[in-house]
Amino acid sequence: MISFASEYALEHAPALIIVVPLLLAVVAALCPARMGYMLALVASAISALLACLQMQVMAGLPTDYRVSYHLGGWTPPWGIEFAVDSTAALVVLVIAVMGFIATISSKQLFLREVDGSNYNRVYGAWLLAFAGLLGLVMTADAFNLFVFFEISSLASVTLVAMGSGVDKRALVAAFNYLLIGAIGAIFYVIGAGFCYAMTGTLNMLDLGVRLPQVASQVPVYIGFGFMVTGVMVKAAVFPMHFWLAPSYGYAPMAVTVLLASVATKAALYVLIRIFMTIFGGIDVLPQLILQWALIPLALMAMLLGTILAIYERDVKVMLAQSSVAQIGYIVLGFGVGTLAGLQAGFIHIVNHAMIKGGMFIGLGGLVLAMAGQTRPSPTRIDRLAGLGWRMPITASAFLICGLSLIGVPLTAGFISKFYLVSAVISAGYWQIAALVLLSSALSVIYLWRLVEVMWFAPPEKNKGARLPESPLIYLPLWALALANLWFGIDAGLVVDLSYRAAAALMGAG
Amino acid sequence: MLDVLITHWNYFIVVFLMMIGLFIVISSMNLVKKLVGLNLFQTSVFLFYISLGKISGGTAPIIVAKADAPILYSNPLPHVLILTAIVVGVATTALGLALVLRIKASFDSIEEDAILSEKRNIRRRSLL
Repeated sequence: MISFASEYALEHAPALIIVVPLLLAVVAALCPARMGYMLALVASAISALLACLQMQVMAGLPTDYRVSYHLGGWTPPWGIEFAVDSTAALVVLVIAVMGFIATISSKQLFLREVDGSNYNRVYGAWLLAFAGLLGLVMTADAFNLFVFFEISSLASVTLVAMGSGVDKRALVAAFNYLLIGAIGAIFYVIGAGFCYAMTGTLNMLDLGVRLPQVASQVPVYIGFGFMVTGVMVKAAVFPMHFWLAPSYGYAPMAVTVLLASVATKAALYVLIRIFMTIFGGIDVLPQLILQWALIPLALMAMLLGTILAIYERDVKVMLAQSSVAQIGYIVLGFGVGTLAGLQAGFIHIVNHAMIKGGMFIGLGGLVLAMAGQTRPSPTRIDRLAGLGWRMPITASAFLICGLSLIGVPLTAGFISKFYLVSAVISAGYWQIAALVLLSSALSVIYLWRLVEVMWFAPPEKNKGARLPESPLIYLPLWALALANLWFGIDAGLVVDLSYRAAAALMGAG
Repeated sequence: MLDVLITHWNYFIVVFLMMIGLFIVISSMNLVKKLVGLNLFQTSVFLFYISLGKISGGTAPIIVAKADAPILYSNPLPHVLILTAIVVGVATTALGLALVLRIKASFDSIEEDAILSEKRNIRRRSLL
């Protein structure tokens, strides 16, 4: 009976992972406010569990194995297909598990920032954003992707706007996020329209087969340009990154945790999908763009994001700027375009989700305890003075994630940097490897400043008094911190799964 | 050149509308006008898709029972796609307008420069 149920669940896992949070989002919005958290917890736990099971099954199969789920029973080139290969399985796993962890911590983090009577609607939007991001990764239909883009981005905009309870500038940040996100999505749709006009299909694999047959035609490249630009806006790749810092900065802390750990990751996955699967069969131009456009942009993002983070006084915005730099590392790995480069990109997708998720949960925990004492802007760096001693459990785990962000040996961040640098060097770009190391070294500056303030600066008042720490925050935080240490010492699992993800992409391209 | 203009007139209209829409989004200071620009931009893409689906001489894609000769239909798929995209567009506009209402309530203006100067004031106060 149990095996029958689990088999049934696995067979339908690609659909269930999305359908469960999508349905419970509606239920949550209609239920009384206090049930919102429970429903979100249940939905994200089911998705995370299914994603783990799916990964476990996929890991035992050959790399090029691809689960194809036909929604409504319509066969692929005509119907909408959900496809899970090793690449999608990895990104789905990251999103589902990080979404679950973010959901656990969200209850405490929302406490001060969002009016309790809105929890049902907030968690409705939360689950919509979560389901949208998962759908983005699993759908194999180019137009369906746009719909998931908009589901996740409209829900995220709503969540960002919930920050207006604390700071009304959140409304403006949300409005700009909405406009830019909508323009990005429409650019993507224009591109998909050109590809559809040239091939008559919207299925990604089918596009990958048919586009090379018309590769001499100009509209194919116009479509390519529009699609890539649109997705780069969504992924906050360098010149289109400017929306990220305000929306992360003004969003409620719980929302920042969710967005920072998973939202841009899904868009980055779509970006590399476009290059490798949809346009992978076309020989020259996409590969040239990948190297000669994406690598310089990635380098700019790395350096500029780090420098902006150094000059930022608000810790939350500082970490958001550092996300811009970290997205640069991932794009750099993708841009190198070799198997090792893609693998490094995926390793950093996994590790950065753990690092930034942990750091924002930790910052949320620290700020939450201080919020009553230091309004209106509790995330300013000098407000954290002495918190290292006053909240040791939260602060120490926060520090571990911070060390991992720099890439100190024995943390997951080091593994990311190691694989990235060796991929870049083996592709022959040793100058770029030097820039990666420079940017890592610069990131020490802003993180050291945090350490200095939290441990070595005298607290403003009540020196030495311990502040209450909530287990709903430090348990998920420590889980992430320990994961950072574990995968820094024994990186085998992440490296293996990322290798499979990269190999599956290369095989398809 | 004139040939191209005549045979591809639909695409020229689409691009024309698209550029107007995008220009309004970027240049207008008024948040509602920005949303109007966004709508124009979206609608031009809808037109692009729909005119893709037109097959010259084709009729509306509705199956008529007992047709004697084979009937040439226009392609229904782009229409269906755009039906979805219209729903997305409505949701985007609704959310945008809701945000504009809230911005108006808290900033007392929907002009971008007024909002910016208010934001600067808040920043200055928080630095004190």
